[in-house]
Amino acid sequence: MPAGRKHTVRATAGGALLVAPTLLLGGCAQGVLDPRGPIAAAQRTLLFNSLGIMLAIVVPTMLATLAVAFWYRASNPRGRYLPDWEYSGRIEMIVWSIPAMTVLLVGGIGWISAHELDPGRPLESPARPLAVQVVALDWKWLFIYPEQQIASVNQLTIPAAIPINFQLTSSSVMNSFFVPQLGSQIYTMSGMVTRLALQADAPGTLVGRSAQFSGDGFSDMHFLVNALPPDQFASWADGIRGKGPALDRQAYEELARPSQAVTPFTYGSVAPDLFAKIATLAIPPGGSRPSPNTTP
Amino acid sequence: MHGETAMLPDTEAGPASRRIIVGYGFWIFLLSDIVMFSAIFATYAVLSRATAGGPGGPELFNQVSVAIETGSLLLSSYACGLMSLAIGAERQAPTYLAAAFTFALGALFLGLELREFAGMIARGATPQRSAFLSAFFTLVGCHGAHVTAGLLWLIIMMAQVATKGFSPIVCRRLLCFSLFWHALDIIWVGIFTVVYLIGIRG
Amino acid sequence: MNLLGKLSWSAIPIHEPIDMIASGLMIFAVIAILIWITARGHWPYLWNEWLTSVDHKRIGVMYCVLALVMLLRGFTDALMMRSQQAFAAGGSHGYLPPEHYDQVFSAHGTIMIFFMAMPFVIGLMNFAVPLQLGIRDVAFPTLNSVSLWLTASGVLLTNMSLVVGEFARTGWLAYPPLSELRFSPGVGVDYYLWALQISGAGSLMTGINFTTTILKMRAPGMGYMRMPVFCWTSLAANLLIVAAFPVLTATFAMLLLDRYLGFHFFTAEGQGNQMMYVNLIWVWGHPEVYILVLPAFGIFSEVIATFSGKPLFGYRSMVAATMAICILSFIVWLHHFFTMGAGANVNGFFGVMTMIIAVPTGVKIYNWLFTMYGGRVRFTAPILWSLGFMVTFVIGGMTGVLLAVPPADFQLHNSLFLIAHFHNVIIGGVFFGAVAGYMYWFPKAFGFTLDERWGKAAFWCWFIGFYLAFMPLYALGLMGMTRRMERYDVPQWQPWLIVAAIGAVVILAGIICLIVQLVVSIRTREERRDLTGDPWNGRTLEWSTPSPPPPWNFPTLPRVTAKDAFWVMKNARQGVQPRAYEPIEMPANTATGFITAFFAVVTGFALIWHIWWMAGVGLIGAFVTILVFAWREENELEVAAAEVARVDRSYRAGPA
Repeated sequence: MPAGRKHTVRATAGGALLVAPTLLLGGCAQGVLDPRGPIAAAQRTLLFNSLGIMLAIVVPTMLATLAVAFWYRASNPRGRYLPDWEYSGRIEMIVWSIPAMTVLLVGGIGWISAHELDPGRPLESPARPLAVQVVALDWKWLFIYPEQQIASVNQLTIPAAIPINFQLTSSSVMNSFFVPQLGSQIYTMSGMVTRLALQADAPGTLVGRSAQFSGDGFSDMHFLVNALPPDQFASWADGIRGKGPALDRQAYEELARPSQAVTPFTYGSVAPDLFAKIATLAIPPGGSRPSPNTTP
Repeated sequence: MHGETAMLPDTEAGPASRRIIVGYGFWIFLLSDIVMFSAIFATYAVLSRATAGGPGGPELFNQVSVAIETGSLLLSSYACGLMSLAIGAERQAPTYLAAAFTFALGALFLGLELREFAGMIARGATPQRSAFLSAFFTLVGCHGAHVTAGLLWLIIMMAQVATKGFSPIVCRRLLCFSLFWHALDIIWVGIFTVVYLIGIRG
Repeated sequence: MNLLGKLSWSAIPIHEPIDMIASGLMIFAVIAILIWITARGHWPYLWNEWLTSVDHKRIGVMYCVLALVMLLRGFTDALMMRSQQAFAAGGSHGYLPPEHYDQVFSAHGTIMIFFMAMPFVIGLMNFAVPLQLGIRDVAFPTLNSVSLWLTASGVLLTNMSLVVGEFARTGWLAYPPLSELRFSPGVGVDYYLWALQISGAGSLMTGINFTTTILKMRAPGMGYMRMPVFCWTSLAANLLIVAAFPVLTATFAMLLLDRYLGFHFFTAEGQGNQMMYVNLIWVWGHPEVYILVLPAFGIFSEVIATFSGKPLFGYRSMVAATMAICILSFIVWLHHFFTMGAGANVNGFFGVMTMIIAVPTGVKIYNWLFTMYGGRVRFTAPILWSLGFMVTFVIGGMTGVLLAVPPADFQLHNSLFLIAHFHNVIIGGVFFGAVAGYMYWFPKAFGFTLDERWGKAAFWCWFIGFYLAFMPLYALGLMGMTRRMERYDVPQWQPWLIVAAIGAVVILAGIICLIVQLVVSIRTREERRDLTGDPWNGRTLEWSTPSPPPPWNFPTLPRVTAKDAFWVMKNARQGVQPRAYEPIEMPANTATGFITAFFAVVTGFALIWHIWWMAGVGLIGAFVTILVFAWREENELEVAAAEVARVDRSYRAGPA
């Protein structure tokens, strides 16, 4: 098989390898392409649109590259040899315009969507949003419900079809709060508060994890997201309040010590302003890490 | 052959002379050093209010001391300029004299700065106290470290003049030294403005 | 006071079998090589001709050797990661515990960027740029030697961490607070920081050296628009080095001050600001990737033009595109952390700027395409690597533009989609380019070409292996898998990771092909001797010299009248026979670089382990070495005119 044709076959195979998984992922578990909320749905649309625009340029370019190389191979007498041809104003104009116009289009999409899908931007909804405060710890997640005065670890229970306004911080190192099927991730950093607004459209169970490497227990730093019908959510919150341990400062400092693969549990009460104290470092950052090779 | 090159533009005249190459290269180094200072400046600017409940600029900075430091560094640069003239004329005694003034004024700058640092540390305004102080000590200290290195370099260069005379290579190195010394002045103007002038206003 | 600082026997990881085996193999290999050199009596040759050489050609070769050796180390890390992830699904923990896995991925990134890609690209620039410019050497040959050996110091320190102590467990950029003393109390981050500070100083020196060389030292007649495109891309890359590496130095210095002296630049306590580190490190980090890829683009320009038998299409716009990329690369850095919450205007601005930088890159692809149009394309190994690049890189560029849309990035940041994107552009762009350059210039450096069949076999293994290893990662990113996971609980991910692991094995075959190619080529070199100095019918001045060129490159500096200077000379049948030979002054060899680097290693090791007296010794030793150099009497050696004549005449007599 002539060398040139091999290239076309291989490149098509390569291209197929990229596109096919995207198709196969249609209903794939827990991913970006299987949105369960309006933010993630908008982001998926954005991805597909941008991909479509780009592929329209990239695929012909790849094919043209191989076609030109193949046709003008040295062993092909039919390829016209133009040994001094090195400039054409018309071609230059097209060559600069194609990427420029593509970029103009995708850039416009980028600018507009950056505003519409800014993480902290509140969702448009008639329902009253629920406030959830998130603290990334080593290596688990703490969710505080300031209005319900309860808290949970490694499990985020939320009402479906109601916007959730997150305020996020970290007790120690940088993490990133990420529920792919609901939408945007956002960094959690100690000493400051980041904001995120998401919503689950319907009841169901989703998975969230940390998307910023934070140390040895990072791989286990995932949590369940339970979206319940709003009245069930209310009774869940009522059922927990007053029962189980209290999240006061001492319990929090205990929790902040490094631990991994923590089974979800809940706190029946939360000390007032606990999140504010954590976020402003009134409560100092959580524990340090031992190293296997340090000499005492 | 040589007539032809004389009519060519600079960019086509072939490799430049050694002195130009060395000066140019050293100037590029100085630009890179200014980039490094810019990163530290930017950090200082971001952290200038992060006093963590500790002392800030207005409480700590002594305008008189800073004014004298500025004056001595600028005068030191002037002395360095005189030294460059003496080197160009290949006169040893004026070179050593101007170098001595350059050194003394630079050392005065350094001494005052170290005294300022010591005073701040004695009052508990250590770099470990807050991010602002970390940034202050690093920015001003980095400049001071460059001045120290320069003083050391000056001594070595005078030793080179004493042992090798005004050979081309020694003169090129002295050119680099004076570029360095003047560049430190430029950076000091930046520090003086950003740290002390703006900082004292709080 | 403890004379050995934090160092003690417990620093040797006897309880970790993988570490011990790796350390053992490495030490064994090093000792074996040292013994071989000694037994064969090669030390004088090695010392006089290579270790103390200030010849840009020799330094270039040594950089490339360093890069290829570190490719093996970095790739081993990759194999370990792929195999761990192929196994560690569901409840399985694989064979690497997190403490170890974290070091593996941190070392992989650090080594591949700083000690494989940078040396490879810098080595090729070292070798080719002075030859292409028609001059004898770079502006500062001794400084060049210092750069090389400081890079080697960084390599040595990084490899020492395998044997004594540990490496960083923070990822290759060591974000605080994780990299602060509180959360990384061991020596790992210190190894990382000192190794990179030392080699970073070497890189900065290279930037100064080459910027000065290209701007102030070109053959007579070679105005800017007559320079080969590789020299333009090298200029852009070195300008970036000069402008970006100081930021890295400053940032690492601040982190070191935090760790060693309790400063509060990036700690949570004392109102430090971790976001400042992220900004600063990426102000360096984004230009860094253009430092790597621009020379690769230059290599493709040379290779494609040469093997198409045509000039590069659109020279002016290639130059404009190169310098546009150079400048634009400084105003896109925030796209590495859209998810840090800077707000819509800031995110939007940087997203748009990132997309704009795709324009000149796209222009280059089309210009290469039109270079082949109307050409007679010879399908040599370098062309295969170039075509593979063109096809692969555009996919990576496309996913880059996707990631530049901030809300898309919110979903894909730090996922395997991101990993796939940057490996796509770095392997498809930088690595393929460096290998094409290596195969293209090899005959010039050593006097014989490489075996074509093994070169093509290596290409196909790398090409197929790359797609197998990284296309599944795009899919996994879309499925929600984050990077740097030592194990995971989603069984659906595993089949994809197994395919990726197979891809890594195919790439391993590609690496083996490269090694075999070298061995076979050396063994059968007489069959492929380059006797003319111009094995490819080249267009630029390096092909007008013998293979390998004499130390002084050209008997007299060529007079350049147009771009593609050598092609023009060949077509005009310009003899370029000098009327008279003159003596040539060449810079003298010196051990300054090697010895300074030795003291740099001593200082670095001492600082890592808090052995303060040893650090002092190292610093004083380096200082004294420089003083000795400053008082050196003989800075140049004269090559007699007769010797210059002899070499030149025998080259002209040639085979024909």
